Amino acid sequence: MNHFNRRDTLALGVGALAATTLGTGARAAIPTANVEPPKLEIEKSASLRVLRPTKFVEPDETIFNANTQSFAKATGVQVKVDYSAWEDLRPQTAVTANTGAGPDLVLGWTDDPHLYSDKLIELSDVAEYLGKKYGGWYPLAERYGKKFGTNNWIAIPFGGSGGPSVYRISWIKEAGFEKFPTNLDDFLKLCRKLKEIGHPAGYTFGHATGDGNAFCHWLVWAHGGYMIDENQKVMINSKETIEALKYGKALFENFIPGTQSWLDPSNNKALIAGEIAATQNGVSLYYSIKNSSDPKIATMASDLDHARMPIGPVGRGTETALAINSMVFKHTKYPNAAKAYLAYMMEVEQYDKWLTGTYGYWAQPLKAYEQSDVWKSDPKIAAYKDTMRDSLWYAFKGPINEASAAVVADYVMVDMAASVATGAATPEEAAAEAERRAKRYYKTG
Amino acid sequence: MADIAQKWSVTREASRGPNLLARLFDWKPFLVFLCLLPAIGLLVVFLTYPLGLGLWLAFTDTKIGRGGAFIGLENFASLWRDPIFWTAVGNTIFYTATATIGKFALGLWLALLLNHHIPFKSLIRAIVLVPWIVPTVLSAVAFWWIYDPQFSIISYILKDVLHLRSTNIDFLGTPWAARISLIAANIWRGIPFVAISLLAGLQTISPSLYEAAMLDGAAPWQRFRHVTAPMLMPVLSVVLTFSVLFTFTDFQLVYAITRGGPINSTHLMATLAFQRGIPGGQLGEGAAIAVSMIPFLIAATLFSYFGLARRKWQQGEAND
Repeated sequence: MNHFNRRDTLALGVGALAATTLGTGARAAIPTANVEPPKLEIEKSASLRVLRPTKFVEPDETIFNANTQSFAKATGVQVKVDYSAWEDLRPQTAVTANTGAGPDLVLGWTDDPHLYSDKLIELSDVAEYLGKKYGGWYPLAERYGKKFGTNNWIAIPFGGSGGPSVYRISWIKEAGFEKFPTNLDDFLKLCRKLKEIGHPAGYTFGHATGDGNAFCHWLVWAHGGYMIDENQKVMINSKETIEALKYGKALFENFIPGTQSWLDPSNNKALIAGEIAATQNGVSLYYSIKNSSDPKIATMASDLDHARMPIGPVGRGTETALAINSMVFKHTKYPNAAKAYLAYMMEVEQYDKWLTGTYGYWAQPLKAYEQSDVWKSDPKIAAYKDTMRDSLWYAFKGPINEASAAVVADYVMVDMAASVATGAATPEEAAAEAERRAKRYYKTG
Repeated sequence: MADIAQKWSVTREASRGPNLLARLFDWKPFLVFLCLLPAIGLLVVFLTYPLGLGLWLAFTDTKIGRGGAFIGLENFASLWRDPIFWTAVGNTIFYTATATIGKFALGLWLALLLNHHIPFKSLIRAIVLVPWIVPTVLSAVAFWWIYDPQFSIISYILKDVLHLRSTNIDFLGTPWAARISLIAANIWRGIPFVAISLLAGLQTISPSLYEAAMLDGAAPWQRFRHVTAPMLMPVLSVVLTFSVLFTFTDFQLVYAITRGGPINSTHLMATLAFQRGIPGGQLGEGAAIAVSMIPFLIAATLFSYFGLARRKWQQGEAND
C-alpha cells in the first residue's frame, strides 16, 4: 500500500537521488531512435491506481516509487501504487477483471492479460512507439504483449525472469569441465561426473510452480517435444517427448536424491548449503548469496557462475521466462493517463534505473536495453541478459489461454517427467497420460 | 349506538396505538426471530451464500475471469473419468481414516494419563496443547524441514550422529512414504484436540461410579470397559465428528509439504480442488471437486452420530 505523503516523498527523493547517480552513466549507453511519442492527451485531474507484485529486493520498490513520483510531478497525475504478494497477485487481477473495479493498471503475471484480453484497452500505440525508439521488442515480448494471432498489443511486458543454470565453478572443474556444457550429451556426462565426485547436481522434478515447470519444460522442449501446436492440437505424445523422458530419467539418476519432492525453495536451500553443484534459478539466488550477511555464504559467490541451459537437438535455447506483464483495464476513467504512465516507466530515464537497481532480475523486453550498464556491472549475470530473446512461453507453440494456464498449474509436464524419472511409468505411458490430461483442458483436440 | 361503537373503537385504537411496539416486543415469536436475526444473517452471508455459490459453480464451466454457463453434470462426468481425481479421493479417505485412528488411540491414551493425579498437572496439560495452538502453516513448515530430502533432522541424527544409515531417508520421494509422513504430521497436530476434549469428558465422570465398580471388584480394564467407555461415548462421538471433518478437509499440511506431489500421489480432494480451481483457473471444476466432498462429510457425520451418540439416556431417558 503506498500513499505518497510528504514524508514518503522525502524518503523517495533520497532513493531517487541514489538511483539517479546509479543511472546516469548507463543512460548515455542506451541507443535510442528519434521517434515521435504517441499523442496522449491526459485527462483532466486524472489519477491512477496501480497494482504490482511486491518487491523482491529493496531497490525494486524504491526506484519504482521514485519513477512513479517523477511521473506525477511531470504530468500532475496522482498515482497510487499497491504492492501485492506474488501468490495473491493472480487472484487480485482476476477480481479486478471480473468486477470491473479496483486498480486501473495491473502489472500482472505473464498469462493474465491473455485471460482477460476482452477487458483491456489496446496498447498498440504505446508498444509500437517504444519498439521503434528502443530497437524493437524481443520475440518473447511480442508473444507476451500481443493478442494471439493478431498484431494488437494488449499488454506491455516490463521484463522477464529467466532460469539459466547456476553452478559452482570449482566443482564443475573438478568434474573435468572447463565450462558449463552447452549440449545435452555433455550435460549428462557432467551430471554423472558430479555425482561421482560427491557434489551432485539438483534440478527440480517436484510440484514447484517456478522451478519444476521451468526444468521439465526445458527438458521436453530441448528434445523437440511440445504440449500444443498453433491450432491447439495436443502434441505431447510424440517420439521427441519420449526421447526427452528417457534423457530426463538418466539425469535424475545422477541428481541428488529427492528432487521429485522439491518445492520452489528447495534447490535454493540445497545450493546455499553446499549440497549441490548446479541447479536452475533466477538471478535472485546469486543476489541473495552475494549480499548475504553471513560471510560464510557470501564468500560462495566468487565460486558461483551462471550458464544458459544446454541446447538440445532443436538447436535453440528452451528456457522459459516468467514476465511482469502490464495491462490497462477498460474500466479506467483515464486511459490516456494510464498509457502515458506505462510509456513513461519504460523510457530510458526511468527504466534503466529500475533494471540496474533490480540487478537485471526482470530482464529487458526491449532490445536497446541490452546495452544497459547492469549487464556490464557483473559478468556473472550475463546469462540472464538475453532471457526475453531466447526463451519460450509455457503454451509453446499455441496461444496463452485458459487451457494452457490450467495445464501448467496442474503440473502436467512435471508429472510426466517425474513419473518416468522415478520409475513410476514408462516413457510411453507417461506421454499418453500427459496427452489425456492436456486434452481434458484443450477440449478441441 | 353507532356513535358509541365508534367511540369505543377509537378509544381502543388510541389506547393500543402507543403500545404497539411494546406489545410487539412482548410477543415471543417476534422476539425469538429478532434475537436470531444476527446469527441467521451471519450464517446466510458467510455460510449459506458461499456454499450455495460453490454448489452452483460446480455445475458451470466458470473460469477465473470469465463467467460460466450451466453445463449440468459435465464437470462430474469429466472427474469420474480422471484417475487423478480418484487417487485424491482414495488418498483423502485413507488419510482421514488412518489419521483419525491414530489421533484417537494416542489422544485417548494421553487423556487417561492426564486424568491421573500427577505433579505439574496444569503445566503438562498446557504443553500438550502446543501442537494445536501453533498455526498449522507454521507446523507444516516445520514438518517440511523435518521431511526435507537433504536437511531432515531425523536423517541427520540417524546418519551423521548415530551412523545407523548411510543415506538420508526419503520421506517424501515415494508415494507411500509421502502419505505416511503426512499422516504422521496430521496425527501430531490433532492429538491435543482429542486429548484435551476427552480429558474434559473424563472429568465429568463421577468418581462414585468408579468406587461402586471397585466395590463390585472390577479390575482396571473392566472399569475402563464398563464405566469410562460408555460414559465417555457422547463426548467421544462429538470429538470424533469434528476430528473427521477437520482431517477430511485438511489442506494446509499437504499444500505446504508436498503440493500434492510427488506425481499427484498425495493430493487430497481439498488440495486438488484448490490447484485446479485457483492457480489453474478452472473454478467450475475446482468447485465440483469440493462439492464431491460433501457426501463423504455427511456420511461421516451421520456415522458418528448414529453409530456412537444415539443413546436415549443422553436425552434424559432410560437406556434400552
